[in-house]
Amino acid sequence: MSKKNSFSPEIEAFSKYHNVRPGRVKPVKTPGGETVLMIKPDLGKEIMRHKDVYLLLLIPFVFYIVFKYVPIFNAQIAFKNFRARDGVLGSAWVGFQNFQDFFNSFYFWELLRNTLFYSFGKIIISLPVSIILSIAIYECTHYALRKTVQTLAYLPHFLSWVIMYGVLFALLSPSSGILNDVIKLFGGTPVDFLSSIKAFPWVVLLSDAWKEMGWSAIIFIAALMNIDVSLFEAAMVEGANSWQRVRYITLPSIKPVIVTVLLLKIGTILDAGFNQMYMLYSPQVYSVADIIDTWVYRQGLLNFQFGLATAVGLFKGVIGMALVLVSNRLVSKFSEGSSLF
Amino acid sequence: MSEKIKKERTHLKPKMQNKTVRPTRADKVFQICVDVFMVIMLIIIIVPLWSTVTLSFRPNTYIGSYLEGMFLAPWHWSVDAYKALLGNNGFLMAFGNSCKILVGGVICALILTIPLAYVMSVKSLPGRKALTTIVLIPYIFDVGMIPAYLLVQNIGLMNHLAAVFLPGAISTYNVIIMRQFFDGIPSELKESARIDGCSEVQILMRIVMPLSKAIVMTIGLYYGVSFWNNFFNAMLYIQDSNLNPLPILLRNILMAAGMNEYVEVSAFGNAPIEAIKAASVFMSAIPMVIAYPFIQKYFTKGTMVGAVKG
Repeated sequence: MSKKNSFSPEIEAFSKYHNVRPGRVKPVKTPGGETVLMIKPDLGKEIMRHKDVYLLLLIPFVFYIVFKYVPIFNAQIAFKNFRARDGVLGSAWVGFQNFQDFFNSFYFWELLRNTLFYSFGKIIISLPVSIILSIAIYECTHYALRKTVQTLAYLPHFLSWVIMYGVLFALLSPSSGILNDVIKLFGGTPVDFLSSIKAFPWVVLLSDAWKEMGWSAIIFIAALMNIDVSLFEAAMVEGANSWQRVRYITLPSIKPVIVTVLLLKIGTILDAGFNQMYMLYSPQVYSVADIIDTWVYRQGLLNFQFGLATAVGLFKGVIGMALVLVSNRLVSKFSEGSSLF
Repeated sequence: MSEKIKKERTHLKPKMQNKTVRPTRADKVFQICVDVFMVIMLIIIIVPLWSTVTLSFRPNTYIGSYLEGMFLAPWHWSVDAYKALLGNNGFLMAFGNSCKILVGGVICALILTIPLAYVMSVKSLPGRKALTTIVLIPYIFDVGMIPAYLLVQNIGLMNHLAAVFLPGAISTYNVIIMRQFFDGIPSELKESARIDGCSEVQILMRIVMPLSKAIVMTIGLYYGVSFWNNFFNAMLYIQDSNLNPLPILLRNILMAAGMNEYVEVSAFGNAPIEAIKAASVFMSAIPMVIAYPFIQKYFTKGTMVGAVKG
């Protein structure tokens, strides 16, 4: 009875007139600013009306559950002593044993350090490079030059890291690399870039910048093309030269996009690039090359320590989720409507 | 509209209308710096690609340094490495496997992605919010490779080509992009079809799909690139060497230090080993290079729209 009293007299009168439950009447604001009463559609009828939509959803939904949710279910082996013949459900629970093993092992800090080093290093190198490249492409007045650079700069993004390894091999190999030929030409000794601890991090960072700079520049080019050209004209009349216009108009105009890209990259900071590392590294450089993902792969699938490897993957997943949620919240606060979800 | 496109073709930055202010010396220096930077970028991008291409055409008899090899005139090039690759059964088989993965993968991916994205864009659907949440959770919470490996093992996909593409056949990111596009289709179009008595499936097939050719191409290309380049799933799930796709074979060839170390490599006859390696790199990249003009046309457009909309 008390529930019935919570409806305002207008709603009750309205519901009695239309012969529906008062709960189905809801006030809606019109664009004009006044409030009108509307009848919410009946849920059962709505579901029936959309039955072919649900039918359409059926196959993708089942597929999605199998391929995305069953792995989440399987992740419980992080808390188990997994043995293949016992299966996921049959293995014995061990609590946080796997996590403790990982946090206490001496790999932990090394893996975390390497992962963060490569993630931040890639941001620090490739973000400025792609911003400068996008401004150069925007300002370039030679059509052929601009178009060639644009076309070729996007291309490496579509090559896999296996192919990239082949390209780097032709460039860096101590026996047949171009770069070592140049070093020899100037009287230096050849360097084996891929197995030297000093050179390896640079190979990783620079090859990633080379591969992705064009692709990451696209988003900045799009932002540059939205700048109102009258700003430049006004600055020109005021006597600002090209450098000053870049400094005081171009860069501030694309600042929101730069911040958005930066935040979204920080959301995936624990992904330091498995495919790249897996192709480029070798046992000689594990101490500077091993990141969380490559370690999980070796421990889990080569040494069959499924429980431990899953625990590390789960640890990474939880931290990654927190970072994505926070950075996404910040992005939507910072620039309206540009967050992903 | 065509006027605008023409302008964009020649200059990204619109021309200034004001002609009274003459460029200063600093402006000219700036313009020269931009051009020099662009030329340097061009060289940085081209050199690695060119060195791979020339290496693959290196004749067996050539004895210069590799640096000089980059400037070898095309009439001295040899196609021995390509002849050896194309005459090799293992290579052809791997190429065929990769093509099967590509075609099967793209078809599966589109059949699954389009309905999911479309249903997520039906605004009146009861439970649409819950569906969106269900779709987003695995995207944000990634549990890593081992649980996915166990899944493929348990459902008996091991050693099937489908294991390479099925785990990636619905990419949540692509679903979101496609849904954003479907959201942008005017609801009046769908509403009028509904009043005429079309079912949702008919609306998807007759109204929405003809309007979505560009986005379907874009997403199809996204999937195609990811399946063609995927070597990780193949490495995990495929043990039978007859089922190896191209990236795996390419990796084996590249990792082989000497001629005789790998059966695949020793079967390639008398072309120089470096040339074989470079040629197999180039052959693996060729489908991407051929598809690239289309990719560029659709991808850049799609990404630009995505960039502006978020």
